[in-house]
Amino acid sequence: MSTDIASDEHKFVQFKLVLLGESAVGKSSIVQRFVKDSFNDFKESTIGAAFLTQTIDLDSDTTVKFEIWDTAGQERYRSLASIYYRNAQSALVVYDITQKASLDKAKYWIKELQKQASNNIVIALVGNKTDLEEERQIPTEEAQAFANEAGLLFFEVSAKSGKGIKECFREIALKMPIEETLKRRRDRKRGTVDLNKRPSTNEQQCAC
Amino acid sequence: MEENYDVIVLGTGLTECILSGLLSIEGKKVLHIDKQEYYGGESASLNLTQLYSKFKPSKPYKGQYGKDRDWLVDLIPKFLMANGELTNILVHTDVTRYMEFKQISGSFVYRDGVIAKVPGSTTEAISSPLMGFFEKRRMRNFLQFIVDYQEDDPNSKHGFDLDKDTMEQIYTHYGLQPGTRDFIGHAMALHSNDSYLDKPARDTYNRINLYVTSMARYGKSPYIYPLYGLGELPQGFARLSAIYGGTFMLDTPIDEYLWTEDGKFAGVKTKEGVAKAPICIADPTYFPEKVTTVSGDQKVIRAICILDHAIPNTNDADSAQIIIPQNQVGRKNDIYIAVISGAHNICAKGYYVAIISTIIETDKPHLELEPAFKIIGPTKDVLMSISQLYEPKESGAKDNVYISKSYDPSSHFESTTDDVKDIYKRVTGHDLVLKQRKTAQEEAELAGLS
Repeated sequence: MSTDIASDEHKFVQFKLVLLGESAVGKSSIVQRFVKDSFNDFKESTIGAAFLTQTIDLDSDTTVKFEIWDTAGQERYRSLASIYYRNAQSALVVYDITQKASLDKAKYWIKELQKQASNNIVIALVGNKTDLEEERQIPTEEAQAFANEAGLLFFEVSAKSGKGIKECFREIALKMPIEETLKRRRDRKRGTVDLNKRPSTNEQQCAC
Repeated sequence: MEENYDVIVLGTGLTECILSGLLSIEGKKVLHIDKQEYYGGESASLNLTQLYSKFKPSKPYKGQYGKDRDWLVDLIPKFLMANGELTNILVHTDVTRYMEFKQISGSFVYRDGVIAKVPGSTTEAISSPLMGFFEKRRMRNFLQFIVDYQEDDPNSKHGFDLDKDTMEQIYTHYGLQPGTRDFIGHAMALHSNDSYLDKPARDTYNRINLYVTSMARYGKSPYIYPLYGLGELPQGFARLSAIYGGTFMLDTPIDEYLWTEDGKFAGVKTKEGVAKAPICIADPTYFPEKVTTVSGDQKVIRAICILDHAIPNTNDADSAQIIIPQNQVGRKNDIYIAVISGAHNICAKGYYVAIISTIIETDKPHLELEPAFKIIGPTKDVLMSISQLYEPKESGAKDNVYISKSYDPSSHFESTTDDVKDIYKRVTGHDLVLKQRKTAQEEAELAGLS
C-alpha cells in the first residue's frame, strides 16, 4: 500500500459548534467546564465572551479545535440570526433533566437547526444537571429514544461535577468530517480577503 | 414584563445594528426590536420565497432557479470600499470574526456605447482602452497629482488650494477631456451627478483618494463584499451587540409608544410587555410622522435581475460594479449596476444577480433603465421596485428619538457610516472614536470563562 504523505503531518482542523437551548439549562456552564474545567454556581445570564475555543487531541496526530458560539442576548426572544447557524458543523442542544419543559424547547431548537443549518450538521442532545438526580423529571430513556429517532448524539452530563462533559465533546469531535475538511482546504482557495491585514509590498518581500 | 434599558433600538437595518453594537460595547443596556421576523430591515438579503412575496405577491417562487436557501438577494445594492469607513468599523469592532469578505472582481464604466475597466492606478491608466495616447499621459499626470498630494508639502500641491479651487479648474489644468472627466467624477469619485464640478475640490479629492487607496489594497477592484450577502453586515453587528449584553426581539411590532409629560421618549409597549428607556434610535418606518422625503422628493428605482450568464464584455467576471455616467446617456443621474454571483455564495450555481438602480427622472422610470438592460444581456426574471428616500425632520434633541436616513442610491456605504457617526454624536454628545475591541481571549477573561 502506498503511504499517504499527509499522514506524516499533524492534522489540525477547526469546526464551528453552536449552543442552543432554553435559558438557565446551563449552556454556558457546560462550555465553562469544557474550556476551563471549572463551575460557577451563581453565574448570571450570558454576557460577553460568546466566542470561545477549545482543542481536543483525538490521537497523537489529530487535533480538533472547536470554535464555540453562545447565543448571548439573541435567545431569550428566539431572535437568533442566520449568521449564527451559518457553517456550523456541530450543535449542542441542551436541556435540563430537572425541567420537563426544557426538552420541548430543545426539540424546537433541533427543528430550527434542521431548517437553518447545513444538512450534515452533527447535533448532540445534551441533558444537563445529572448532579440533581433526585429532582429528575425527564427519564434518560425518553430523551434517548427521541435522540435515536431524530438521529442525534445523546449525552447526560453535569457541568457542576464535570461528569460526561469531556466524553460529550470528544464524541462530537470524532464525528467531524476531518479528512473532507482537510481535502477541501487543499483543493481550493476560498479567495477571501483578510480585512485585518494590510498587504503591502514591503511586508511581502520581508523574509523575517 | 416591565424592564428598563438605556436605549431602545427599533429596526435591524445596518445603521441601527452598528449603533446597537457600538453602544453595547460602551456598556449601555440596549433593547433591540424589529417588527419583521428577519434581521436587516431594508438592508437585508432575502431568499427567493421572501423576495417574490415582497415584489411579486401574485407569483410565488416555485423553485425554478434552484434551492431557495441558496439565494440571498440584497434589497439595497452596495459594495464596501476596501479602504472605507465601514471596513474600518468592521476591523475595530472585530465583527470580521463572524464574516468573510471577497473582492468584487471588476470596476467598469460605460463610455461611448461600451464598458471598460476603470483605470484605478497610474499603471492602469497607461493601458486603458478608455483613452487615446495623449489623454492617457494626462490622466497619469492627474492621478500622480492625487497620489502625491500632501497637505504639508507645498511642492506637491502644484499651486492648488483644494478648499478654494474647483474640480473643474483642476481638470482644466491637466487638460482632461469630457469623457475622462466623466469616469473620474462618476466611476472613481462616485458622484452620481455633475453638481460637484463647481464646488471646492476637497471632497472629490478625498473620494478619488479613497478609490485609489481601496484599489491598492487588494488589487482587482476597490470593492469588497461579504460572503452570503450584505444581510450578513447587520447580523454581524447585532451579534456584537448581543455579546455585549444587547437583548434582541424580532417579529415584535410596537403596539404603543410611551412618552413623558414633556413629550420625550419613554419606552414602548409590545406583546412582551412594557420596556422603558430614555433614548430611542429607529429607522424611518417606525415614525412616519417624524420623517420627511429628502429634498426634491427623490425616488429610487431598483431592478433585481436574475441572469444565467456573466455580463458580456467583463471577461466573465463573477462580480462587478458597472457605472453609467449621466452624460453618457443624456441623464442627470448615473445608473449603477451591481453584479454578484455564486462566487460570493448569494445564489445557486450558474446564476448571477444584477441589481440596476438610479434616481427617477421621468414618469416612465422603467424605461430609464434601458441602457443598463442592454449592457447586462438576457434576463431570466426581473423584480422591479420604487422606493422613496426619507430623512428625519428634526435632530432628536427635543424628543430623544433619533431616526436614521433611508439607504441612498450611492454604490457604497460611505453615506451610511456618515449617518451612523452623526446619530452617534447626537445620542452621546461626543464624536465616535473607534477603539480596538478586546480579543476573544480578553473577553473570555472578562466574563470569567477563561
